Amino acid sequence: MSAASEGDYYVPHGTHWPIIGSIGLATIAVGFARFLHGSEITVMLVGIAILIFMLYGWFGQVIDESISGLYNKQVDMSFRLGMGWFIFSEVMFFGAFFGALFYARAYSIPWLGGASNNDATAWLLWPDFKAVWPLLEAPMADKFASAKEAMGAWGLPAINTALLLTSGLTVTLAHHALRREDRVWLVYWLFATVALGFLFVGLQALEYSHAYGELNLRMDSGIYGSTFYMLTGFHGFHVTMGATMLLVIMIRAMKGHFTPDNHFGFEAVAWYWHFVDVVWLFLFFSIYVWGGSGGVIHE
Amino acid sequence: MTTITADDDHDPHAAHDDHGPDKGLTRWITTTNHKDIGTLYLWLAFIMFLTGGTMAMVIRLELFQPGLQFVEPGFFNQMTTMHGLIMVFGAIMPAFVGLANWLIPMMIGAPDMALPRMNNWSFWILPFAFTMLASTLFMEGGGPAFGWTFYAPLSTTFAPDSTDYFIFAVHLMGISSVMGAINVIATILNMRAPGMTLMKMPLFVWTWLITAYLLIAVMPVLAGAVTMMLTDRHFGTSFFDAAGGGDPVLFQHIFWFFGHPEVYIMILPAFGVISAIVPTFARKRLFGYDSMVYAVASIAILSFLVWAHHMFTTGMPVAGELYFMYATILISVPTGVKVFNWVSTMWKGSMTFETPMLWALGFIVMFTIGGLSGLMLGVAPVDTQYHDTYFVVAHFHYVLVTGALYSIIAAFYYWVPKWTGHMYNETHGKIHFWWSTIAVNVLFFPQHFLGLAGMPRRIPDYALQFAEFNMISSIGGFAFGLAQVFFLYIVIKTIKGGEKASDLVWEGATGLEFEELSSPPPYHSFTVAPDIK
Repeated sequence: MSAASEGDYYVPHGTHWPIIGSIGLATIAVGFARFLHGSEITVMLVGIAILIFMLYGWFGQVIDESISGLYNKQVDMSFRLGMGWFIFSEVMFFGAFFGALFYARAYSIPWLGGASNNDATAWLLWPDFKAVWPLLEAPMADKFASAKEAMGAWGLPAINTALLLTSGLTVTLAHHALRREDRVWLVYWLFATVALGFLFVGLQALEYSHAYGELNLRMDSGIYGSTFYMLTGFHGFHVTMGATMLLVIMIRAMKGHFTPDNHFGFEAVAWYWHFVDVVWLFLFFSIYVWGGSGGVIHE
Repeated sequence: MTTITADDDHDPHAAHDDHGPDKGLTRWITTTNHKDIGTLYLWLAFIMFLTGGTMAMVIRLELFQPGLQFVEPGFFNQMTTMHGLIMVFGAIMPAFVGLANWLIPMMIGAPDMALPRMNNWSFWILPFAFTMLASTLFMEGGGPAFGWTFYAPLSTTFAPDSTDYFIFAVHLMGISSVMGAINVIATILNMRAPGMTLMKMPLFVWTWLITAYLLIAVMPVLAGAVTMMLTDRHFGTSFFDAAGGGDPVLFQHIFWFFGHPEVYIMILPAFGVISAIVPTFARKRLFGYDSMVYAVASIAILSFLVWAHHMFTTGMPVAGELYFMYATILISVPTGVKVFNWVSTMWKGSMTFETPMLWALGFIVMFTIGGLSGLMLGVAPVDTQYHDTYFVVAHFHYVLVTGALYSIIAAFYYWVPKWTGHMYNETHGKIHFWWSTIAVNVLFFPQHFLGLAGMPRRIPDYALQFAEFNMISSIGGFAFGLAQVFFLYIVIKTIKGGEKASDLVWEGATGLEFEELSSPPPYHSFTVAPDIK
């Protein structure tokens, strides 16, 4: 058998992991929908457990096959294409929320304040509304929790920016260590990356509690709070996922997986980590720096 | 070159050079074979097509006469909503993915798709998603009734509880579509036989490469839209609520940023099918291959820049209306290139009119009718009158039924002898075509007049002056529905048996799947890469 040699096709035989994954996803969906209408969250947790079991089993099988030399260059390229396009799909997912943020600031708030040809809108709907950004007080102020203050950029968010940028550096140093087959430093740098990632998530939790407590900036504070939590929340979720994947890669590195020429598992997670990093930079500027300042958009 | 296979117990020593499918139900649940998965997709699409079609019959039954006879207005709205969702996400899209699975590996000289296990997952998410979607009809408060476009605030503030199941069903469909599209791109970019350069690929492969790109770009945007709906409904956000500083119109922008490329997702692979069939039965090479590729790419790029032509009456600055109007009309240039190229391919060809060619010609004529009514709708000032009338309904049914669906049926007749090794019954195929084509025009052509006269869409009752055209339209609808039951009979009969098809199948057929593979083809299409001339 010459499975590892170039040019051979690799076609896996039947697999039961996808159907388990589908059952897991459907259980999560039904469980979450039931939870939203007053049921216990148990069903959803069962679904998450099934999904984790599937991920563990499926990735485990792929890792075994990779180590036993079944994959060739062509399979490697398929994996690379798959991961690259998956990250592109994630970019577009965030794009929808960035679009909402820019639309609110550029159009919906000025229009509610009477901009363009919307004098009648402002006059008829909420005549007292002040079109400012960041929008602390919603047009129908009594229906929403008015925020006291916008989230500043130069406290925790700036520290978090430094943490994530540093983690981008450490994961690159880990890659260099892997390429020169320095397993000790590979694990050290990976450990640093994972630690920075989880530290980021911890500080973000602190920031959220500050926002909810002192600033009264909440999801139901109007469009500023909506976009703030949607963008930073989904980003934080992605950091958690990425840090968890890095942890798995670290454990695999400690077990002796990966060689200097064959370590796409590592690279895929590193790509993902850089993607999360870049999204954060966009977030930092559009939510905190530019989005935390502005003032009156329309008189 | 040999094929390496691995069994589920991932013991490399269990690998062997050739094997057939498992037996029984396990085969279909665990399969990683592109042909099996293609078959699953096609059958799912057919089941969904008949389900969505039944809902259309309910709609046409209620509209047979003015007044309310058969269903409650609320249920009527659920029918129009579910009919649209099921036909778009359950019938047309899975059918094209099924064709992609069956054909792309055979057309590019590959043994299978690039990521066969993920291919299985892409499919097996869908039955769960559609079960969830269909189950909403039986929930308290009824299913979604806000139209397939689910505009806020109908889908947020005023929606039934079951909307959350609809939201998660859309998430699942999105995951499935993105994985399917990633697989198509990886297959086309990485699995082509040596010598199969990009500009030698059949147009079906090209159109699917670009369609897959569109899918990966816009399905996540749709997921973002329904996620914002979910948080607006349950977590107090105000993306689509002006009272909190958001805007319901924002929903429409995000939805149509997905929705317009989605339109091309449903028609680009159809262009690929027609570009395969017309040269075969004209016995000439496709006219202007390169320009076809560039036209498809141009249409895909433009499709991201025209979304707000669905929103001309929603309220937009005049500069926006003008931009979106001109950009929309611009799409007629590459689309015209395609139509003229098909016509030029037939020019002075040795034409014969077997069933696939009939469906392809039906496509060219009637899709062009739908394209021309699209031009009318693209003109902002006149759209003010046509918007949300039956003229729009007639337009997109000409594009999607006599366009997308006709190409899928054409593809079935064209490739089924290759897939099964059996010829379909030519007389049955021709009856199916003429019956469908007469019925579909009786069904949809009068709807143009209804719309121009002002009949709004998505309304169970109407003014008396619309009675005759509605009755004619309904009769056409029932006849068209019945024709598709006949199609089901033809499909089953052809799979079970029939005259033996030759390997080339059609005298003028070209392409690896006809020239290099037997009918039916081996389980793994190309275990050895073919020589590309």
